[in-house]
Amino acid sequence: MLKVENLTKMFGGLAAVHDVSVEFEARGINAIIGPNGAGKSTFFNLISGVHKPTSGRILIDGQDVSRMRCDQVARLGVGRTFQTTHLFEQATVLDNLIVGHRLRTRSGLWDVLVNSRRLQREERECRDKARAALDFVGLAHLENRVVLDISQEERKRVAFALALATEPKLVLLDEPAAGVNPEETEGLARLIRKMAEHGLTVCLIEHKMDMIMGLADKIMVLNYGEKIAEGTPAEIKADPTVIEAYLGSDHDAAA
Amino acid sequence: MHRLASLLSGRGSRLFLLACALVFPLLAKSEYQVYVMASAFIWAIAVYGLNIITGYCGQLNLAHGGFFAIGAYALAILTADHGWNFWPAFVAAALVAAAVGALVGLVSLRLKEHFFAIFTLCVGFIIYLLIDKWEELTHGAVGIRGIAAPDGLGLVDFSQTVPFYYLALAFLVLAIWFAGRLAASLLGRTFMAIRNGDALAQSLGIDLMRNKLLAFVLSTTYAGVAGALYASMIRFVGPEEANPNHTFDMITYLLVGGFGTLFGPLAGTVGIVWITQSLQFLEDYRMIIFGPLIVVLVIFMPRGVVGTFLGWKLRKDTEAARAKGPRAGAKVAPAKEANTNA
Repeated sequence: MLKVENLTKMFGGLAAVHDVSVEFEARGINAIIGPNGAGKSTFFNLISGVHKPTSGRILIDGQDVSRMRCDQVARLGVGRTFQTTHLFEQATVLDNLIVGHRLRTRSGLWDVLVNSRRLQREERECRDKARAALDFVGLAHLENRVVLDISQEERKRVAFALALATEPKLVLLDEPAAGVNPEETEGLARLIRKMAEHGLTVCLIEHKMDMIMGLADKIMVLNYGEKIAEGTPAEIKADPTVIEAYLGSDHDAAA
Repeated sequence: MHRLASLLSGRGSRLFLLACALVFPLLAKSEYQVYVMASAFIWAIAVYGLNIITGYCGQLNLAHGGFFAIGAYALAILTADHGWNFWPAFVAAALVAAAVGALVGLVSLRLKEHFFAIFTLCVGFIIYLLIDKWEELTHGAVGIRGIAAPDGLGLVDFSQTVPFYYLALAFLVLAIWFAGRLAASLLGRTFMAIRNGDALAQSLGIDLMRNKLLAFVLSTTYAGVAGALYASMIRFVGPEEANPNHTFDMITYLLVGGFGTLFGPLAGTVGIVWITQSLQFLEDYRMIIFGPLIVVLVIFMPRGVVGTFLGWKLRKDTEAARAKGPRAGAKVAPAKEANTNA
């Protein structure tokens, strides 16, 4: 599904991502972990087209996307969420989501001027898609609430819904469980699993180890921009380089 | 209260506003008042343009006054120097403003946020300098006289104040109509997604350059139309038309009325033009009243008069909806608790 070959990104003289190769299977939940500054977010930005790689290739279902613009990659079926999603706070939840399906529509200025049938149909489609996405993340009852009034965890779910409204094949989730309590984290983990069960390939960055270990099919560990390990949660837990570079020190600090 | 809210924002209130505008010349105390109102309408058209790029699309364009001047000069040069008829010259003025807008947009929209604002501020000043110095084309500081009034096709005489007022009103209604249709459409939602953040908009598959450029060209077209109307009302243009101060006046109108709202540009422009008029006797001292008034407004109504009203109404609406649906109400309650704790 997603195949990354010798991916390198240099910022000036610094290699934020260095010679990373990895392959993620379709319908799987893949996690990328690593200490702060390990290049995880850069890795996401490379896949989604925000940054152009210095060298290496990114293939999605065999198609090379490494030179594409962000919006082109999104149209190919890569959705993403950010650490903080800036929603339009003064609008309702549904209003925020309608634009999510915009990339699958074609109406332009002329359609607006004459209020064409195509525009009307596409607006209906966008609305339906937004409702379906909201229903998927379990917030159908919040449709008409103002974003200002909903909780942090609900905002996270709305951000998921926004990504889902683009009809992605692959979703990149950047720290989906940051800033929510343990109970809500579990709820979000269930939602992520539900996405995979519905045929999506999920790729997430997360610092909450308990969540990752219970959720991921495959984990890739980055450190100083390099891949130091890859495998199932059990393999990663037992890997001495990982323990040294990351888990060991982090677990001590957490305890 | 809720009734009042829906009354103020419903279709009825729009028709009421229109009716007020239609009878205004009959009730005005003098022709001068009609004249002031007509000029307020023209500025409002330009502010509707600014609202598209800055209010909906979130890009602070500080060259807007320059495009207003381009529209005014295009009409002036074509009718006074080249003897064109009014309406072809009017269409040409709008197209010139759109074309220059496309060129400027292609370059300036590569920049983001404050860089874009600073760049367009310079563009506005360059337009001013060009108009002031390019004497062969613009007659420099002398300005251009003998601009054609809108052609009434033998039916109406638009060089008279009252008929011109109705013409300006017609264009204003058209401007608001299109802005409203745009804001409610997928295209308007696309612009607003860009305002919320480039990164998120791009991740939703929105082509930033294309959409920003479209919003920019729409806004300069509005400015060009307004400028052309202005030139045909005053019948004279000078470099002062391109003074960057006009841009800041328009931003003030938009700020007071409310960025990104449909009736903000109208409320802000008409409101401030009349406040300015009624403080005219204070001359420059009117800023002593004006300045604090705007400071207070920005502190207590950061989203402008119309924006604040709409926020209040949205809240009333959702509260009413929640009170109606007990099932939704029950589910929603814990979230509200969490919110007040935070």
